[in-house]
Amino acid sequence: MSAGLALDFTVNGKRRRVRVPPMKRLLDVLREDCGLTGTKEGCGEGECGACTVLMDGVPVNSCLVPAVQAAGVKIVTVEGLAKGPALSVLQRAFVERGGTQCGSCTPGILVTAHALLQRAKGRVPGDAEVREALAGNLCRCTGYQMIVNAVRAAARETQASARKRAARAAKPGARAKVKSARTKAKPAKTKVKTRTKAPRGRKQAGR
Amino acid sequence: MRAALSTLEVARPRDLAHALKLLHASLGTGRLVPLAGGTDLFVMLNAGVLPGRRFLDLGGLRELRGVREQGDHLVLGALTTFSEIREHALVRRRYPALAAAAAEIGAWQIQNRGTLGGNIANASPAGDSLPVLLALEAVVHARSVRGTREVPFAALFRGYRDLALEPDELIAAVSLPDPGAPRPLGGGAARRGARPPRAKQFFRKVGTRRAQSISKVVLAGLLRLGRDGRVDLARVAIGSVAPVTLRAGRAEHALLGARPSAVVAAAARAALLKDIAPIDDIRSDREYRLRVAGNLLEQFLRVAEPRFARR
Repeated sequence: MSAGLALDFTVNGKRRRVRVPPMKRLLDVLREDCGLTGTKEGCGEGECGACTVLMDGVPVNSCLVPAVQAAGVKIVTVEGLAKGPALSVLQRAFVERGGTQCGSCTPGILVTAHALLQRAKGRVPGDAEVREALAGNLCRCTGYQMIVNAVRAAARETQASARKRAARAAKPGARAKVKSARTKAKPAKTKVKTRTKAPRGRKQAGR
Repeated sequence: MRAALSTLEVARPRDLAHALKLLHASLGTGRLVPLAGGTDLFVMLNAGVLPGRRFLDLGGLRELRGVREQGDHLVLGALTTFSEIREHALVRRRYPALAAAAAEIGAWQIQNRGTLGGNIANASPAGDSLPVLLALEAVVHARSVRGTREVPFAALFRGYRDLALEPDELIAAVSLPDPGAPRPLGGGAARRGARPPRAKQFFRKVGTRRAQSISKVVLAGLLRLGRDGRVDLARVAIGSVAPVTLRAGRAEHALLGARPSAVVAAAARAALLKDIAPIDDIRSDREYRLRVAGNLLEQFLRVAEPRFARR
């Protein structure tokens, strides 16, 4: 038992070692000891989700996690979503669709939404599914609709580019071409179709 | 005001036996406070309330993890998270009320960290998993240096946030009987092979919103009809309406042996109001809770058996 803990963990793909008090909040470890101030503190009681980070792939409130329980785990913060200077598809969708206003909740929401899209594995989650996943992230500006729209737009874009890639890889067959042309032509109307056809398209790509 | 977290100490046991030894040894000098998912503990710490200065990190104890079948019981390790519970195929099939409760505790972030054992140990009268565990007649496995003790859920809460556990005991697991299997006590007539059908299960929490809220009223129920069309199993457990989560004995009594009808439902509702003693507090008031508790009971009965709606 000691007040100082040598904490070894992985943050955004990089191995880190910091010496911190064992009950220091993961939120403070990230901000103060790792210099990653993208993660915000909102309520400090697990209600608002502003401090959301991924811990071994799942979203948690970093204000409720003691440093001692972060030993050996993989953390992803909002800084880990972009590839260098290039925003992720999700981040771009938030910018383009007004998914962010004052910005306090945005890092947490991006992290939770990122986890949702990872889990959906190329499927476009429905409105209700996005809202349930984001229920632990409070936003006081946007009214949420723009956020939900941005998340789903990102999912559609990811799906479309995965299809294009798959079509190219599988020597442009007639079906794949027709499909991508269709989704391009009338994106609004094919919403349902896109969703139901997603798994089939993906399977074909695998073969 | 936040507590000075930098001065707090944490013991990191190698295994469960070591944890139990440390906990037992700490009783003379200031009890180690067990730390599981931290979703309740850190709310206190962040608010400046110190439940202790020294903590026992249970996070690394494999013995407290995992879900396994044992005979016709399902045993959930104390560190099983609510995400694990809501996604577990057998829990969803056999204990849908528990899966439903797990899906409404906090939100995704909390469900990924909050544990079943922690929800029990926190012993809040508004704890969302507690009415389900009570209705399912769960058994808590309490471990200490002296061995394992099984505490039936009905005997677990002595009073407001007062658990019938020794200070050096840890909740190691929770075991759930098959709700379709005959009761271990008083169910002597049930023969092997003639297992009665599973009871219908119900869970509903009423709060200010679906996620992240603390219950104003939370109710879990089990209902089964016998071959003769009479209720032969009725369990109603309810939270946020008394100092502890409780079984609504009078309401259950009004249901047992009765043929489902609107009259019986109304009688059960009247009886329920004598089972509970809600208070006015920051989340709701007594009148509202009495009304909603009655509504939830009637909804449970009608969902489980449509004849409860008929005159």
